[in-house]
Amino acid sequence: MKPRTRRAVNLLMSWLAAAAAGLVVLPLLLIFGFLLWQGASAVNVDFFTHLPKPVGEVGGGMANAIVGTLILLVLAAVLGLPVGILGGLYLAESRDRRLPWLARFLADVLNGVPSIVIGIFAYTVIVLPMRRFSALAGAFALAVIMLPIVVRTSEELVRLVPASLREAALALGIPQWKVLLRVVLPTARAGIITGVMVAIARVAGETAPLLFTAFGNRFWHQGLDQPIAALPLQIFAYAIAPYDDWHRQAWAGALVLIGLVFVVSFAARLATSGRFTGVR
Amino acid sequence: MAVVAAVPRVEAQATPRNFGDQVLGVVLRSAALVLVLLVLAMVAAMVHASWPAMRAFGWRFLTTSTWDPVAEQFGAIPFVYGTLLSSLLALLIAVPLGIGAAIYLAELAPAWIRPPIAFLVELVAAVPSVIYGLWGIFVLAPLLRVWVQPALGKTLGFLPLFQGPPYGVGMLAAGIILAIMVVPYITAVSREVLLAVPNTQREAALALGATRWETTRIAVLRYGRSGLVGAVLLGLGRALGETMAVTMVIGNRPEVAVSLFAPGYTMASVVANEFAEATSDLYLAALIEIGLLLFVVTVVVNALARLLVWSVGGPVKAVRE
Amino acid sequence: MKTAWITALALLVTSALAQPAAAQTLINGAGATFPYPIYSKWFDEYTKVDPEVRFNYQSIGSGGGIKQVTARTVDFGATDGPMSDDQLKAAPSELLHIPTVMGAVVATYNLPGSPKLKFSGDVLADIFLGKITKWNHPKIAALNAGVSLPDQPIVVVHRSDGSGTTYIFVDYLSKISSEWDKKVGRGTSVNWPVGLGGKGNEGVSGQVKQQPGALGYVELAYAVKNNLPVASVKNAADKFVAPSIASTTAAAAGAAKSMPDDFRVSLTNPPGDEAYPIASFTWLLVYKDQPNELKGRALAKFLWWMSHEGQKYADDLLYAPLPTPVVKQIEAKIKQITYQGKPLLAAR
Repeated sequence: MKPRTRRAVNLLMSWLAAAAAGLVVLPLLLIFGFLLWQGASAVNVDFFTHLPKPVGEVGGGMANAIVGTLILLVLAAVLGLPVGILGGLYLAESRDRRLPWLARFLADVLNGVPSIVIGIFAYTVIVLPMRRFSALAGAFALAVIMLPIVVRTSEELVRLVPASLREAALALGIPQWKVLLRVVLPTARAGIITGVMVAIARVAGETAPLLFTAFGNRFWHQGLDQPIAALPLQIFAYAIAPYDDWHRQAWAGALVLIGLVFVVSFAARLATSGRFTGVR
Repeated sequence: MAVVAAVPRVEAQATPRNFGDQVLGVVLRSAALVLVLLVLAMVAAMVHASWPAMRAFGWRFLTTSTWDPVAEQFGAIPFVYGTLLSSLLALLIAVPLGIGAAIYLAELAPAWIRPPIAFLVELVAAVPSVIYGLWGIFVLAPLLRVWVQPALGKTLGFLPLFQGPPYGVGMLAAGIILAIMVVPYITAVSREVLLAVPNTQREAALALGATRWETTRIAVLRYGRSGLVGAVLLGLGRALGETMAVTMVIGNRPEVAVSLFAPGYTMASVVANEFAEATSDLYLAALIEIGLLLFVVTVVVNALARLLVWSVGGPVKAVRE
Repeated sequence: MKTAWITALALLVTSALAQPAAAQTLINGAGATFPYPIYSKWFDEYTKVDPEVRFNYQSIGSGGGIKQVTARTVDFGATDGPMSDDQLKAAPSELLHIPTVMGAVVATYNLPGSPKLKFSGDVLADIFLGKITKWNHPKIAALNAGVSLPDQPIVVVHRSDGSGTTYIFVDYLSKISSEWDKKVGRGTSVNWPVGLGGKGNEGVSGQVKQQPGALGYVELAYAVKNNLPVASVKNAADKFVAPSIASTTAAAAGAAKSMPDDFRVSLTNPPGDEAYPIASFTWLLVYKDQPNELKGRALAKFLWWMSHEGQKYADDLLYAPLPTPVVKQIEAKIKQITYQGKPLLAAR
């Protein structure tokens, strides 16, 4: 190809890539704009501090749902992240014959299971034996949903850590396990955090699995083995009602949910930023 | 501590000689086992729960199109078709856009624009499905009905894909909404994959005189291919299993239709729509069997995707340097 | 190590927040979405009547309510459609149906000018069967003299999710049209011959609002709140009645004389000049013999309050209050709720 053609192709591709990025961002801006336009008016101090009020009464809020979502996310992370990250590490590093293949395969399958089916599973396995809905059941369902995302992302990112890094560490006589934990994982850390954040963002907005597990609560929860309020549940209940005031609160709830994920994401990046941000 | 490890091979997983290695080995293996056992338990529970339907319908479940809860006749074809078509449509839109955007964010964009956009893309994954659904009903569907579908009908109406009355809701709306929901996953993970490609790869290509795009194509994309496939499969999984948003814009009609303008129905939607109200045992079992079927479809599609990529360019494994 | 500290801090804060709040008795209930607004109003008002109790109601659908109360994961259930004999037999002990309020299912549509339309039961059945496909069909024109109906296809919209609203509507159609009864039948989910499915009342009303030429069925409140036109329907007395609170209550008044003891009755197509033909009770499901004395008494007291003082909140929220003869029957029923054989509510 003549140099001019190659330069032209280069320019074209750059524009296409920029256009792609623009098209990706456009619907997001449209949706954010929609939420802001519809719901910004309902985001006030009351929203963060008050419990839900019946229709027609001013001053209702989603304080319990906000706290509930936070609790569910932390619990789900505690349950799901260790298995997820360690699982990903295993898949990337192990020399075993069949287990890695099986685990990877099943992780991909699990990723495609509708969240409501996972909710039904959690209902069968936790709610029925306990004879009650609970935050624990909800967190379990969310952890199961997070699992494949964290596992696969961790695996891919760990694979991409250059072998030269590992070899250098091994050549220094560092035992294998230390190499994995102190060299490989930190190098892949930024990428793994992205995977974790995507997983948390995903489960933060899930409604269906919580319907039969965490159940929802109009009031403050009374323990982790009791029903608990959650933002997606409250948003859903309000969004499908016939009242405009509740609709506005639903949009406001969505805004707050996104804000919540923003804060958590930001904090996580802050906590793990530093020296190891991938080999560039 | 033995310093001389001989000549370390690339796959340097020497036999674990010390306690630390053994402990870590056990821990990692257990994590994987937890995952495997969890999924197997789920499959077992679903098979058990759908047994009454399997016994009542057998293979007919996969070959009939009727879905009649009153007469208790259930067949899965329209749902399988709907799931596959909507997910295919979503990926057709989302993969080029997502990877293109990832390339832009990782390679081409000016430094100041990268963090905000990357962050924005991740945040969108947090928007609850029901909000996507409502946005779809109030913004997307009217847009399609009033502008896009008539235009498509006029220009490409000779194709059976674009025939039929413009309802706004339907397969096209579902595919677009799914694409919007799936794109953040593909973009975010692809971006991380591309960023993780060592600079030495890029430098080598540039040193040979490649343009920026050629560098990306030859050095970066190829090196990160396994990761990119992983990102796409992640997006695919989301598309196959998405319920709320899809069910609000797809029209929910259990029929197989060629046109993208026609309403359809997906497996995940029917489970979400009818599970809470299904009270007869056979009805519940049929719904759970649909869930099981979705498992199977996911497996098959994943396998096919890997096969496709493998046949195009060699085994999907990261190239170590 | 920064990571470790921040994680520890987060866990600490969360576990602190996770401590139980005040120790009132929490009573959980689940079920129908339709009455959610008024139940939430009632439960909120009731905390002023009895601050020791908290009622937590979540709308997961009538079927969900029936399933959960049968599984005893909740203390009471709520349903728009009465439980069948099989479902009652499947419950661990006797369940009572207590009617709370009434709702009307209306036919709503999207036509230019929003004319006031009249429908009869068989015309509606034919439309939903797919036999009448255009707005200017002679059968529709015959009922609506003076209205100019466009030569447009009717876009039928029904519910995609299982729902009590659907049950009420198809119950009515089954009574009027034997063809509907044979071909489609009754259920919370049916095999619709034609039409698009919208999710929830919100989905159907949204769909009808956006789609020119659409015709769907929703609960009255949704049509009113979305400013959608509603059709008058011909009732059993051959009168065209518009859906309203008054005409809904009239439907129950007509049926009160022949009310079965367990309240499991269908109110569609009832006798009475003023009665709107597509109406129904919505019920709360409670166990006759309560497992827990404290919760049982609170429940019984609430049911009493609900059927008396609670009824005054119905109008504002577009629900029809119970007619007085029915309230009397409910009182007798509530007195039958027991704990270990002893009635929970002292004689009132």
